Formats: sequence, C-alpha cells, structure tokens
Amino acid sequence: MSNEEGAALSGLFTGISDLKESRSVKGTPASRLPAFVLGEELGDMADRDPRVIVMTADLASANRTTEFRDRHPERFFDFGIAEKNMITAASGMASAGMVPYAATFAAFCAILCTEQIRTDCAYTNLPVRVLGHHSGMSMGFYGTSHHALEDIAMMRTIAGLTVVCTTDANHLRAVLRSSLDHPGAMYIRMGRGRDPEVYAEVPDITIGRAIRLREGSDLTIIATGAQVHAALEAANTLVEDGIQTRVVDMHTIKPLDEAEIRAAAAETGAILTVEEHNIIGGLGSAVAEVLVECERVPFRRHGMPDEFALIGPPAGLYAHYRLDAPGVTAVARELLGRG
Amino acid sequence: MAERSATHGRNVSREFLEERAKFVRLETVRLTKIAGAGHYSSTFSAAELLACLYYGQLRINPAQPDWADRDRFVLSKGHIAIGLYPILADLGYFDPKLLDDYTRLGSPFGDHPDMKKIPGCDFSSGSLGHGLSVCLGMALAARPQKRDFRVYCMLGDGELNEGQVWEAAMAAGHFGVQNLVAIVDANRLQIDGATADIMGVEPIHERFAAFGWDVQRIDGHDIDAVLGAFDTLPSGTTGRPQMIVADTIKGRGVQMMELSLNWHVGNLVGRDYDAVIEEIKAGLKPVAATEVRP
Repeated sequence: MSNEEGAALSGLFTGISDLKESRSVKGTPASRLPAFVLGEELGDMADRDPRVIVMTADLASANRTTEFRDRHPERFFDFGIAEKNMITAASGMASAGMVPYAATFAAFCAILCTEQIRTDCAYTNLPVRVLGHHSGMSMGFYGTSHHALEDIAMMRTIAGLTVVCTTDANHLRAVLRSSLDHPGAMYIRMGRGRDPEVYAEVPDITIGRAIRLREGSDLTIIATGAQVHAALEAANTLVEDGIQTRVVDMHTIKPLDEAEIRAAAAETGAILTVEEHNIIGGLGSAVAEVLVECERVPFRRHGMPDEFALIGPPAGLYAHYRLDAPGVTAVARELLGRG
Repeated sequence: MAERSATHGRNVSREFLEERAKFVRLETVRLTKIAGAGHYSSTFSAAELLACLYYGQLRINPAQPDWADRDRFVLSKGHIAIGLYPILADLGYFDPKLLDDYTRLGSPFGDHPDMKKIPGCDFSSGSLGHGLSVCLGMALAARPQKRDFRVYCMLGDGELNEGQVWEAAMAAGHFGVQNLVAIVDANRLQIDGATADIMGVEPIHERFAAFGWDVQRIDGHDIDAVLGAFDTLPSGTTGRPQMIVADTIKGRGVQMMELSLNWHVGNLVGRDYDAVIEEIKAGLKPVAATEVRP
C-alpha cells in the first residue's frame, strides 16, 4: 500500500466525503464503513431521545460527527483541542440528565484522559460514553503519539467502567443503540473507521455477552475489534489444514463473558486471542485471567509485542505484526504445532 | 422554569450568616478530631462563602436533592468537604448524627466528597482542576433542556495551577455560559508555601477577564460583600461566565492558623482544641497576619 492510500484510509483527510463514493475496503462499500455511520447513527438516536449530546475535540471532520452537528447543532459541542476539559464536562452534562457521547482519537481520550474517565465518569457512575476512535495502530505512520495500544489495559482496570470494542459499522450501530440506557460510564473503542464488514445487518447484541460467529472443535480464536474480521478469514484458511476453528467476537472486554471462555476451554482444543493492543493487559490478559482458574488448554496471546510500532501505513503494520488474516493464520498454526 | 429565589431566602440576616460561618469552623474542628487529621485552614478561608451560598443564595430544596431545576454547587477544592458536610446536614439533606462517624470505615463521608453517597452533594471532587469543567458541562446541559439553573463552582487559588482550569475557562468564555458562576477562594497559600512563591496565579481577575468572563473581586470574609456580589449576577444562560474572586485569609478565624503554612492539614489536641473552640465561638478578631508565616 502506498503512503497516500495509507493516509486516506486512516480517515484524516477532511475531504473524506470524496472517498465515500470511490473507496471500498475488502468488498465493503464505503457507505457501510464505521466512519460513515457514526454521525448518522448518533443523529438518529438524537431524533428519538432528547438526552443525546455529542462532543468532539477538533476532530468532527475526522470522526464524521459533522453529520450530527448539521442535524442537531444545539446538542453538538466542539471543545477544541482540550480533551480533558471535554471528558470532564461530559460528566457534568451526564449529571444534569444528558447522555453525552464524547469522541476523539483513542490516544487522546483513553490515554490522555484516563484520570478524567476514572474520577469524573466511572467513580461517579454517570452515563458518559467515551468514543475512542482510531485505536490501536490504525493511525499508521502518524506514529506512536497517535496510536492507542494501551487503552484496553488502562480502561479495564477502572472499577465500574464498561469497555466495548466495535467490530464494524453494523456492530457500531448496535453498540451505540445498546449504550443509550446502559448503566454507568462506557469506553467504546473504535478502529480507524474503515473496518471491513463482519455483520451484514445490525446484530442483536447484549453488552457483556460474546458473539460466537463460527463453530469449530480444534481451536477457538477469541478476537476483538477489527481483528474479528482477520480471525474469520484465518478460520476459513485453516479449514484447508483440516483445522476446525471456532471464532468468538469478544466485543465486551468488561464485563467479560467468562462463560464463553470456559466453554472454549472445555469444548475446543486450544485458544488464541487476537487484538490490536499490547499483549500486556488487553483482551489476551483478560482471557488468561479466566483460564488460569479453569481447565488448562494450549493458549496464546497474539497482539502487539511490548514495543512501540514501526512507522508505516496501517496495512503494512498489520502485515508486519501478523495482525492481518495471513498473520493470524500463521500464529494459529504455530499454536497447534502445524507451523 | 423555577422561581429564581433561594429556597432558604435572602431574608437571612448578616448575624445569622456569621453564626453559620462559625458553625462551619466549629464542625470542622470537631470532625477533624474524629478523623485524626483534617484540612482546617483552607476550610476556614471559605466559611463565609459557604454560609452565604447555602443559606443565602442557592436555589435548592433539601427535601428533593435531585430536583432538576435546582442550582448546582461543585466544590472543586474538594478537600474542604469537611466544611460542606455540616451545612448539608444542617439543611436536612441527611441526619447530622451520621457525621459522628466521619471518615470511619464505611462512612459516606471522606476527606473528599462522593456524590453517590451524600445527598445534596452535586459532584464528587478531590482531584484539583476538574470542577470548573464539571460545572461547564452542567451549565451547558441547561440549554437543550431549556432550564435556567445556575452552577456554582468553588476553586482555590492554588488550584489555578492546574491546566485543565484554563481549558474550562477558555471554553466557558467561548460558549458564553452565563449560568456558570466561579468563586475563587483566594487564600494566598498552597501546601508548599505562598501561592505567589510556588506558582504565581495573580492577577486572577485580569486573567479570567481576558478569557471572556465578567469578574468581581471582593473580600471573601465580608458577608455583605459576598451577598452583594451574588446580587449582581445576571440571569439567563447565555452571555458571559461569572467570576467572583474572593480575597480570603487561609486559616481565618483562628489566629495561630492565619496565613500559617503549618495548618493545611493538622489535628488539634488537648488544650489547643479547647482554646480554638473558644476562639471560634467568640467570633472573628482582626486579622492576625498580613504576610505568610512559616
């Protein structure tokens, strides 16, 4: 992939609307990518519910909350480049009866504002929805300052905070709809907004309940976020090796669906976790915490090694760190001794 | 919209408010003894401000702590919650007897306030620099709901070191949040020394004015001046945010604590305890110190 394509796909160009007609990702039309549904879905929710507020920190054009702004200007607040103020102000709004959705890069909400999320949103048990988009290393060559490979670890240690990763556009819609009346604060982790489609329709989800997307007895891949797509592709490839793979979309990191993990341990031969996150503290760690208290199975955490990412476009980074379908396939084979 | 008049009315006398400020100081001393340590001096500097707010200004109803149209008060300098709890108890938000177990295991009342556990506490605080952002969000929330409540925020002058305060100050000016009222308890000290020596914040009034706020600067121990500042606050939710810089004396009301660095956190025992109780009961004497003392 060229650097130009990498920049375009990271969704930073304010002229991204031009892409809507011309680009597709892995067969997913641009109009069905998360970047193009966030503002629309929030706008639809606001049509029905007067509590919905949207905030951003000088990134309305990157996260496409511009559509919400145009439809509900009285309920849209751009806080400028001042994320801590935005997150804390969201908690004030929530205490006064609103349900605010505060969106910015995951690096600048979850990581920069961890204390504001803990003290002002979670400790107070208020319905603030922090939307961290462009998580992981999806910002590609913008570099580590703009990556969020630590956010799941930081967020899931906060008491009472619900942590959900969105898989694709339809899943994002489902999470947003489910979030409206969810008790307490939530961290909603989004990818770069151009995540390929896993769900052809808006899925019927329950926060805290994993979704089993594919059955198999030899291996379970437990993935979250955009890696669910890679996991499914890997599972299809592994059939050629005679490996039957169960794929679980562990969209809710907290509260964790421990029963689904125990079922994987009891019913399949091995477990591989896949996430676009440091392997310390994220999905893999959360699953491991459950596994050490139940049946032992061959297990491997796959994600970003404990290092800062190279410079490169997103697709290049995913290939390098084996977080694309061929990479996940290779890691699965290693785990099963078929490498 | 609700009537803009304080539930407890402005019919209260200056003498009554002086008594309530005295009550805040006495309870602070009593509760500190229960805990074994407490923030005396930064509570004493705000005693008149708290009394005037709760007994003379806020539109509140203790029988209905979650009343949607109530004025909000956020104690951004959360370490003086020890001065707020007795007022909330006195107004009837909860049984004053609960304070007898202040800070003991399982008590709702810690050194910093928890809104989930304390009726009448509008927001949890303790991490300095957050409260003005909280209040900004609350004040903005009045707009889509077409409510006219005010949101009052009390900050310390040392707290103004925190960068988030200025993010909020900038945004409040930008959004023109007129129903936001900030009060800086400018008691001139922070933990390590005089605010001017540790991290200078003056001229506070000019700085906020430059951020688009209407600013008044008053003597924060003068009850008539505090009420007078409240009287000039404009109604309406859009316009300019309102700042009251209250010049105060850290430790005011107990002469050995006034502008002394030794009493940010402390614990009075024995004869000192009894002497301080008597001194507070006797009422404010002339200020003992005009310069910061080690």
